[in-house]
Amino acid sequence: MIAIRNFWQNLFEGREKEAETQPEQTAVSTIVNRIDLDIAPNDPLVSYFRTTPGVVDIRELDLKSAALSQLREAGVVLVVPLMSQGELIGMINLGPRLSEQEYSADDRKLLNDLATQAAPAVRVAQLVRQQQAEALERGRIEQELKIAAIIQQTLLPKSLPAIDGYEVAAYYQPAREVGGDFYEFLYLDDGRIAFIIGDVTDKGVPAALVMATTRTLLRAAAERLTSPGAVLERVNDLLEPDIPARMFVTCLYALLDPKTGLLQFANAGHDLPYRAGQTGTDELHARGMPLGLMPGMTYEEKTIQLNPGDTVLLYSDGLAEAHAPDGEMFGFPRVKALLDHEARGQELIDYLLSELADFTGEGWEQEDDVTLVTLQYKARPEEDVQFMNNGQVTTERQTVATFELPSQPGNERQAMEKVAELVGGMNLGNGRLEKLKTAVAEATMNAMEHGNKYDKNRPVRIEVQTSSQDVAVRITDEGGGPPEVVSETPDLAAKLAGEQSPRGWGLFLIQNMVDEMNVTRDEQYHTIELVLNLESNQ
Amino acid sequence: MTVREKEFSATVRQPNGMAIIDLRGEINAFAEASLHAAYDRALDSDPATIILNFSDVAYINSTGIALIVGLLAQARKTHRRLITCGLSEHYQEIFHITRLSDFMTIYTDEASALAGAMSNK
Repeated sequence: MIAIRNFWQNLFEGREKEAETQPEQTAVSTIVNRIDLDIAPNDPLVSYFRTTPGVVDIRELDLKSAALSQLREAGVVLVVPLMSQGELIGMINLGPRLSEQEYSADDRKLLNDLATQAAPAVRVAQLVRQQQAEALERGRIEQELKIAAIIQQTLLPKSLPAIDGYEVAAYYQPAREVGGDFYEFLYLDDGRIAFIIGDVTDKGVPAALVMATTRTLLRAAAERLTSPGAVLERVNDLLEPDIPARMFVTCLYALLDPKTGLLQFANAGHDLPYRAGQTGTDELHARGMPLGLMPGMTYEEKTIQLNPGDTVLLYSDGLAEAHAPDGEMFGFPRVKALLDHEARGQELIDYLLSELADFTGEGWEQEDDVTLVTLQYKARPEEDVQFMNNGQVTTERQTVATFELPSQPGNERQAMEKVAELVGGMNLGNGRLEKLKTAVAEATMNAMEHGNKYDKNRPVRIEVQTSSQDVAVRITDEGGGPPEVVSETPDLAAKLAGEQSPRGWGLFLIQNMVDEMNVTRDEQYHTIELVLNLESNQ
Repeated sequence: MTVREKEFSATVRQPNGMAIIDLRGEINAFAEASLHAAYDRALDSDPATIILNFSDVAYINSTGIALIVGLLAQARKTHRRLITCGLSEHYQEIFHITRLSDFMTIYTDEASALAGAMSNK
């Protein structure tokens, strides 16, 4: 019944204003009292009005009605309900006659006639006002959509990265109600390039604002941090306290080293990118929660070696989750299958879009933003390959990640799993990842036990480096100084005969697991470097 | 990231006077007591051959290798044969590198290990 109150309030407010500007008419305002009346839909007075048309003398009414009491308190004597199509849309309330006489039958008839004429007019006025409000709302939404689209488009990259040996293509088509898709390229000082794609839940201006914030946070984090996992971790922690409830951001952060073709990535719950190569298409997995959901999240990091001819496709769910007229979804398997087509780069984008158009049919209203970014590795840049004296081709190693573990029994498991995660996508060849894991676990155990004497305040530092040729893991402890006596090579027969301790397998295992083992030490630190060649270099 | 310690356990089965020790989890320093206890239980039936079943073992480190060397030495002293089954390819290779495979026959699965134990009884 709020409509009633508003209607009368508005009428009275108009009158009061008039009264202020025309003081000589104050006599009128003294007899018009504003009644703030909220009538509950189930108030007995409403059904009474509905069943008993015409003027009602409320002094004679015997109803348990809150509205009735309020009217009486306000000094109302007669009520003329304004009814339209059985609905109470307003009331004319009268106090006692100023002449102190009772209302006559003529007065009542006049009031009844007035109500009959006024009710439809009031109803029309209400409808007009309602329509105006709706039109205003529609205009506001259109305006919002425009603003959201402007924010979105202003912040998307104006140009594509030009990288020697690579081709990058991008496509972005917002839905009518703009979603929160974004993509971004960042150029790091060391020559690496970050490829970012993301999607904010929700649509319109709120999504656009969160997208703009996320983008700024990503830029700031990428300036200081070089690992994709650390960047996402930082952005998540900054975003989480401020992001509106029920909103979050999915985001993939991939770092390309153009010199080596290594692509290091972490994923905050975004659709898995695909790598299409000569031997088929694979999904690039890395675990991580969307940004802004929970504080203190960590993000798995993976590194893959791109080979000439490979294309990586980053995309948003607007593609995979588009629907055909019969309700069928485009689907991730279809996207993956389409990558078997020979089209690459911009041609691949065109091909995917034409397949999407065929699938959704004519007259499809795009449900969500569609964003596609492709990174195609065309050829290895020649100038970065150095030829050594012995004719062996080598490239410089880059640090993928560095982490520390406290020296506590059992922590070698963490070292092993973390390294496996980091190099899991590299082309080590069958079974060789297991060898690296064993070598890392043994070297970490030695570092914790012999180097750091299981003092948990002395951490073991592990650095993982990769190049296009090999993987190196450098494990450092605080056991510097002169080298210890080199232990004897384990001889199983001697051990079984009790001539050697059954132990002493660690270093022996390490040497047999890796292609190269190097030990360096200074006064304080001792480092063991484990190198495993990639399959292509074996 | 946290990696949970997968606790080690070893149980013994003794079908037809043979002994199978089913190893589960990770064979490292923490496994020593349970491994020796299981080995002692396996001796109850005075078996000529003891099968170490590695099917549910995901990780063996150098300390674990040392424990197996210890068991092998003990078995050889009492003229028992120790054989293995269920080792992953990676650990089969480690058994070759360490020459453990020269002293303990490696069978791929339990059925072939049992057949091998029977034929050499």
